[in-house]
Parts: sequence; structure tokens; C-alpha cells
Amino acid sequence: MSLALIAALPFLGALLPGLMIRSGRNACAIATGSVTALALLGLMLNAPAVMRGEVIEARFDWLPVLGLNANFFLDGLGLLFAGLILGIGLLIILYARFYLSKSDPMGQFYTYLMLFQGAMVGIVLSDNILLLLVFWELTSLSSFLLIGYWKHLPEGRQGARMALTVTGMGGLAMIAGMLILGQIAGSYDLTDILTQKEAIQASDWYLPALILILLGAFTKSAQFPFHFWLPHAMAAPTPVSAYLHSATMVKAGLFLMARMWPVLAGTEAWFYIVASVGLITMVIGAKIAIFKDDLKALLAFSTVSHLGLITMLLGLGTPEAAAVAMFHIINHATFKAALFMSAGIIDHETHTRDIKRLGGLRHLMPVTFVIVTIAALSMAGIPPLNGFLSKEMMLEEATHTVWGGLPWLFPLLATIGAMFSVAYSLRLIWHVFLGPVRGDYPHKPHDPGFGMWAAPALLAVLVVLIGLMPMLMVGDLVAVVAGAVTGEVVPVKISHWHGFVPALWMSVIAVVAGALILSAHKRLDAIWLAMPRPEAKAMFEAVVTTAARLADGFTNRLHDGALTRYLAIFTVAVLGAGWLAWRAGGHIPGEREMLPVPGLALAAWLMLMVCSVLVAVMHRQRLLSLVVIGVVGLIISVGFIYMSAPDLALTQISVEVVTIVLMLLALNFLPRVTPVESSLLRRGRDLVIAAAAGLGAGALALALMLRDFAFPTIADYHLANSYSGGGGTNVVNVILVDFRGYDTFGEIIVLGIAGLLIYALTEAIFRGPANRRLLDWPKGERESGDRHPMMMVVAARLALPLTIMVGLYIFLRGHNEPGGGFIAGLIVSIALVTQFMASGFGWTQARQRIDYHAFIGLGVVVAGATGLGAWFADRPFLTSAFGYFRIPPMEKFELATAMGFDLGVFLTVIGAVMLALSSLSRIAIRAGETVNLEPMDTDPSQPKTEER
Amino acid sequence: MELLVASAIGLMTASGIYLVLRLRAWPVILGLTMLTYAVNTFIFVSGRLAIDMPPILSVDAGGYTDPLPQALVLTAIVISFGMTAVTVMMALGAFLEAGDDRVEMTDAEDGK
Repeated sequence: MSLALIAALPFLGALLPGLMIRSGRNACAIATGSVTALALLGLMLNAPAVMRGEVIEARFDWLPVLGLNANFFLDGLGLLFAGLILGIGLLIILYARFYLSKSDPMGQFYTYLMLFQGAMVGIVLSDNILLLLVFWELTSLSSFLLIGYWKHLPEGRQGARMALTVTGMGGLAMIAGMLILGQIAGSYDLTDILTQKEAIQASDWYLPALILILLGAFTKSAQFPFHFWLPHAMAAPTPVSAYLHSATMVKAGLFLMARMWPVLAGTEAWFYIVASVGLITMVIGAKIAIFKDDLKALLAFSTVSHLGLITMLLGLGTPEAAAVAMFHIINHATFKAALFMSAGIIDHETHTRDIKRLGGLRHLMPVTFVIVTIAALSMAGIPPLNGFLSKEMMLEEATHTVWGGLPWLFPLLATIGAMFSVAYSLRLIWHVFLGPVRGDYPHKPHDPGFGMWAAPALLAVLVVLIGLMPMLMVGDLVAVVAGAVTGEVVPVKISHWHGFVPALWMSVIAVVAGALILSAHKRLDAIWLAMPRPEAKAMFEAVVTTAARLADGFTNRLHDGALTRYLAIFTVAVLGAGWLAWRAGGHIPGEREMLPVPGLALAAWLMLMVCSVLVAVMHRQRLLSLVVIGVVGLIISVGFIYMSAPDLALTQISVEVVTIVLMLLALNFLPRVTPVESSLLRRGRDLVIAAAAGLGAGALALALMLRDFAFPTIADYHLANSYSGGGGTNVVNVILVDFRGYDTFGEIIVLGIAGLLIYALTEAIFRGPANRRLLDWPKGERESGDRHPMMMVVAARLALPLTIMVGLYIFLRGHNEPGGGFIAGLIVSIALVTQFMASGFGWTQARQRIDYHAFIGLGVVVAGATGLGAWFADRPFLTSAFGYFRIPPMEKFELATAMGFDLGVFLTVIGAVMLALSSLSRIAIRAGETVNLEPMDTDPSQPKTEER
Repeated sequence: MELLVASAIGLMTASGIYLVLRLRAWPVILGLTMLTYAVNTFIFVSGRLAIDMPPILSVDAGGYTDPLPQALVLTAIVISFGMTAVTVMMALGAFLEAGDDRVEMTDAEDGK
């Protein structure tokens, strides 16, 4: 199975639970599980080749210019992790089916889980580090959803937020680090980067890149001092804890360190940062775990400790240590997932996770007891279980390590860590299962059904099997994985007996001392509780609150709600930038000759200037200012005609009409005058700003027009290819529907959204206080004698078919003559609006069978479908085709696919414009405007009954 | 001619800026409309001025003006209608909701 498909399957599977949950919880779980099983099967089909040492690839170009490609590869390391993710994922799906209660939305849970699974598989299979980063962020987001799954619990929400903040920040740092790394290596593909150890380690940027990438890895894998988020994430449902926080997500950081090991490891910086952080985390995590009373918190801190152990091994930088790290990843995943699931069972059965309230469960829950005992003994490192094997090998590696010239430091601390580990593991068995049966459990416990303990039991069996026959079970796998991590052949020999080596004595000391700590637990616990401890959550909250307060203060100072102030600041800033730029460069006068000024142009210009000033002067009389601004628009349309832009003139004039109608309708409900509010000083200030801006804009325009193009324009290309390539002689239209069709496609979507937004705003106005104000609108204020004068109704009715015909004509000729979808749409809209004005909105609307939303939708779909049509001819999206046809007795005519696209434009324009105008009309009706049943106030065909 | 167009762009910009700095929604809408005119004209003239040279291909044409700014401005005009309509609607909604069409938030509305 292709690697891309394996990575995509969980994402596709994420759609299933939502659909399947209606068929019941079992069907939902089976459907979800079978997707994961399929992906696992696909992975396993690739396993034999990987075990032979091959590397499997799947490559797709995505954004090659950016170096971002959907490249996947599978080697031993990827196989191990993908196997863990999918294999344990399958067990978790089974376990969650029985763990979640009836009131929990299970479909949601599985969807989040599959999203997470897909993201994790994506990380471990990515060959491209940019792609890897995308998946990395996806794991942060999906784990946020999973941790906060129980939305009603404040701890869940807080834990989710904390996890997202910490891992998200780390992820940001890692993005920077990866970009640096990619720059040094000259490629974003891992397979290329991993071959460039010398170049990367010699670079000046090695240390920054290393630190940034490690920040990402350490936050994800909960390494000191970022370990605090993991225990708080335990507010998640237990399947999530078992999956994310033992087997997979927290190992993503380890995966990354292992993946980058060949190029980043082996330097002093790597050793001192990674090994030290790992060791500190291991010891601190284990120590805290001893004193945690919450089962899941104990497991969380033990996870922190074991992650530290693996980090430390990777930090040592020797191939042997890396091999041990990989072996321990397998072991930890098996025993820790089993323990988490068992903790969930205990919680589920006794309704408490507090160790102090438990004890004596071995008689009541024998199956769970066996599972936990096996897994916990393995965690403690008791022979012959698998945890013992990797712990011995870890201690062995520690004895060879010299830290800062101190040969005893590493072995000592590693032994202490192992000792603590023995203590909390034994405590788990002792305080929960042994001792007398108590009578005060919150709920009478017994073993759960097979479905719930099947998954942890299977893992416990693996713990034993790997422990008894390590070489047979995982020997080859560890060798292949270690080979993939280090890039060299690592001889792997796992055995129970190494002779009387120092590691053995360290192990013995750890077990004995650990048992002693447990026996003295009561006294130590009292001391621990009496000691002041840093409370991570309070510290985190303090930091977050401070940051939020600072951001708030900053934002409030800039954004105090005064719109005009921002606009003034913005304008002045732009002016300042323009001034600086102008001062910096020299000024050479333009050389283009000016066109002559005919008298008519001068007159139009004068009118434009006067009106522009008048708009500003008269803006308080709102209706008058609208009239004046309409004149400005008209002169601009005329200007467009004069300056060889017939299409623009047509568009401008028709837009002008609908804009003015729209503003008139709105003005009906707005105050008719603007009161004088700003002081003289303020008006003076605004005038200065406005004058400066006007001067700048005008000068810039003049400077531009007096110069020739600095670079050859693409106009020549458009002119040359318009007819031969696009089949039209109206170059502007061909640009719109063909050369820049994608642009236009986006623009009609924006226009459609604007129309829908206006509709939504109207709906919002119809609720709340605005509605009351509308209903109380003063009625009966007649401003004209005839609401629907007969002359106008008749003329408008006559004009309707004519105007629509003109619209169609303009539409059809648009490809070759001025016109096209935009203009035609506007013209048809005007024809319809005229009916509103003549016969009333209600009367017109009753005869309008299609609603405007459909126009917008249809328009976008038609335009999009035309674009897609090009795919069937193996051409890129929106490539147009055209041909010439003759149907006697007509003249030869042209048909172009661009016409379909233009039809989409046409429909969207009508829909958006009409939706905007009809929304305003609906407001008018809400405010008490009467709806005419008859089109005219007086019907001349009826005899006059009374004098009006 | 260029001088006339440039001065018109300048004056329209000035009028627009002055209006958007007013305190009520209506003049701000008018100002945005004026600015739209100015900006559209500015983009249009970036293709330089040409008389009697429409970009419609024909055998007897003496030359063509730059069609690209025209195409850009054409969609800009239509989009600006959408933008105006949305702002008008927002102003209307705000007026009906609050009883006046001020654009500034008062301190009480700011929640401080």
C-alpha cells in the first residue's frame, strides 16, 4: 500500500464515526477500527521490505517552489513508530468503546482520535520536514481536542489549553529551527538533509537550529522544564492518556530527536543539552511520581521520567545508546499503555483514582491485578520482563559516560532514577492491590468485561514475551530501527545475563533501595507534603495572565475604539513613509508628453472638482451629498469613455445606479442630517491630513503618468493572444474570463459572500433591539402623493423585457465588444430594481419565483464547473476553448467555453446585487411599509368608486 | 490632460480622507466611496492615458491602450459595490440597534 495512502487513511477514517454513530456504538467502533486496521495492514505489507533494509518512498510535488512536497518515506524508525501508532491505536479504539459512557459523544471522540492518528502517522512517514511540521502542528491541535474532550470539566479545558500552549510554542520554535536546517542543507527533504552531517555541524547556525528544534522536541516529549503540562493533560479520558501520553504523542519528540540524530547528534552541545535534560527529567519525574496519590498522575510523572531516560540515551550520542533507546521505546509503549488502561479500569470500577482510598483490590479484581503486576514489575525493571532488559542496558551505557570530567555523576544519577522508578512501580502494586480488602470504596469493584481488559492484557502478554525471548521477538526490529536512526549497522545483543558487571550491581542497589523507600513511604510522604513545592499550574497561569494583561494593555492603548483615530494614524503613517521615500530618492521630472485638453474635458474636470469639494462640504445634508457624489460617479464614467475604456464606463455607470438606489433605500432609515460634533480644531487637523494625502496621491499619479513603463508590460502578450488564444477581440473581457479567470472566479465568490453577508446582517437586525425600533417606526409619513404612479408602472413594465434583452445582448457580445457578464448582470439587476420602485417590493417579489441565494450559488457553480471542464481535456483549471459554427441561415458565430464562465459571473452579480437591495426592502416592510396587492394605486380599468 | 486627471485624483482622495475622518457612519461611507473612485482611477491611469485606443481588437485600429488595468478596475468597481453595500448595511444595523450612527465606541461600550 502506498505510504501516502497509509497516512491519508486515518484522516479519511475521521469522517466515518460521524456517519456511523447513528448506527450504534458498536458499528461506529468497528468502522473506525477497521480503517486503522486497514492502515496497519498496509504498513505491514511494507514491513518485509523494510526489515530487509530497504527504504520505501512515495513522492508527490505539492509546492516545489517552496520546497514543500508531499514526500513520504518508510525506514525502520518510521516502521516502528507507525506500527506503535496504528497498533496501539487499534487497541485504544477497542478499549474506548467500553470505557466511554453512554452520555459521552462517541462519534466525536473517534473523529478526534482518527485525526490525531493521521497526524502522528504523517509525522513519522514524512520525508519533507515542512510537511512534517504541518503534521506536527496537527497533533497539537487534535490533542487539544482530545484532552478537552470532557468539555464540562474545567480541569479538562485548562489542561487542554496548557498542553496546546506549551507544545504549540515549542512547535513554533521548531518551525524556525527546521527552516534554518533546511537553509543550511539546501533541501527540505529528510533523505537529503540526513546525508549532510558535516555541513550542518560546521555551520554557524548549527547551535541556534539545534536549540530551536530541541525546544519543539522537549515540549512535545514533556522534558524538564516543560514537563508540567503532561500531568495536567491527564484530565483527558483514560484512552486518550493511554494513547497520547504514553505511547504516541509524547514520543513524537523522541522520534524527532532520533530522526535528526545522524546530523544533530555527536557534538558536545548535543550531549550536554540532550543527555543532561534527559537525566534531570528522569530523576525529577520519578521522584515526584513516588508521592502522587492520583493513579494517573503517578503514571504521568513516571512517563515523564521514562521519556527522560530515552532522551538521555539519545543524548549520549553513541550508536549503542541509540539502539537501547529504541528498545526502551518499544518496552515503555507496551507496559505503560497497559498500565494506563488498567488505571482507567480501576477508575471505572471503583469510581476513584486516589491511591489512598484504594487497596486490597487483588481479591476483587484478579485479572486487573495480574495485568498491572506484570506491567508494573516491568516498569520497575524486575527480571525477566522487558523493562529489566532495557533498564540494564541503560545502566550499562551510563557507566561509560563521563559528564564534565566526572565519571561517577551519570551512573549515580541513573541509579537514583532507577531506584525511584522501582519505588513508585512497587507502590502501584502494593498500595492499590495488596493489603486488606476495604469496605469504603466509592463503588464496589469487580473485574470489567473482556472487551475492556482485552487490550491491556494483550500488551501484558507482549511484556512477558519480549522479556523472555527478546532476540526472537524484537531483536531484528531493534537492529533495523537502530540502523535507521544511526545510519550505520549496530550489532544488537539483548540478553538477561551480562556477568557481574557494574550495571548489575547498580540494578540490585536500585531494587533494594526502591523497596526500602516504599517501606518508609508514610514518613517520606509526610516530609514531602510539609515541603514547599513549586506549583507548575499556578506559575503557568501567572505567566499566561501577565502576558494577556500586557497584550491587553498594548492593544487597548492602540485600539481604544476610536475608528477615526486609527484612520488618522494610518493615513499619517502612510504619508510619512511616502515622504521618507520621496526624500531618499532624487526627483527627475517625467518626460512623457501630456495629452492636449479639449474644452469639454476641461468643463467635466471643473465639475468633478467642484463636486468633490461639495461632497465634503455638504456631507451634513445627507440626501444632497448623495446627489453630488452621484455626479462624481457619472463624470468618472464619462472619463472612462473618453480615455478608451468603454467596458469600465459601462460598469461604472451601472454600478453607480445600483449604489445610489441602495444608499437611498438605506437613507430612509438613517438620520437625514449629520450633527456638528467635531471641534473646529479637529476639523482643521483633518483638513490638513486630507490635503496632504490628496497632494501626495495627485503628485504620485502625475509622476506615474508622465513616465513610460519601467519594465515591458504584459499588455502586449494579452493583446497578441486575446484572439488567437482566447477567441475574443474584447481584450478586457478575455482577460477577465480567460487570462485572469481564476482571479475573477475568486472575485465573484467574494461578491457572492458580500451578498449573503448582507442577508445575514438583515436577519440579525430582525432580532433584538433593532427589530423593536423597526416595528415602532413612525408610520404614515407620506412623502409623495403617488406611491406607485401609473405612468411609471406602465413604463417600467414595458421597459422590463427591453432592458433584459439589452442585458442579454450586452452579455452575448461581451467577448468581442464592450460588455460581458459583469455589466449584463448589473443591467438586468437595474431592470428588476426598476420594478421594485415602480410596483413595490412586495408585488415584485410575489412574482419572482427563484430566490437570489440560488442565483449566487448557481453562478459560482456554473463558473466553477466551466473551469473544471478543462480538466476533461487534460488542460489546467479554467483553460478555455472556442470554435466557430454555422447554422444556416444564420451567420457564422462563435461559441467559447468562456461564455459559460461569464454566465456564472452574470448570475452571481445579479444574485448579489439583488440580495443586497431586496434585504433593504425587507427592512422597509418590517418598518411598516405596506405591500401593494395591486401594481398601481389606481386601476383605470375599474370604475371609480370613491374620490380619493 | 494628465495634470487634470492627477489633480482630480488628488482632490477626490483629499475629500475621501476628510470624510472618513468624520464621526458618523454616513460621511464615512461617502468618504469610502470617494476613495474608491480615486483608487480605481489611479489604478486605471497606471496604464497611462490614451485617447481613442480602446482595447478592442480590429484591423483598422491605430493602437491599443493597456487592457490589464482596465480588467483589474472593472472587477474592483463591482467589488466596491459589494463593500459599500456591506458597510451601509452595518451602519444601518448599528443605527437601528443603538439609536445613533456614531462610528466611535464610547468607553461604556468598550467594556472598560
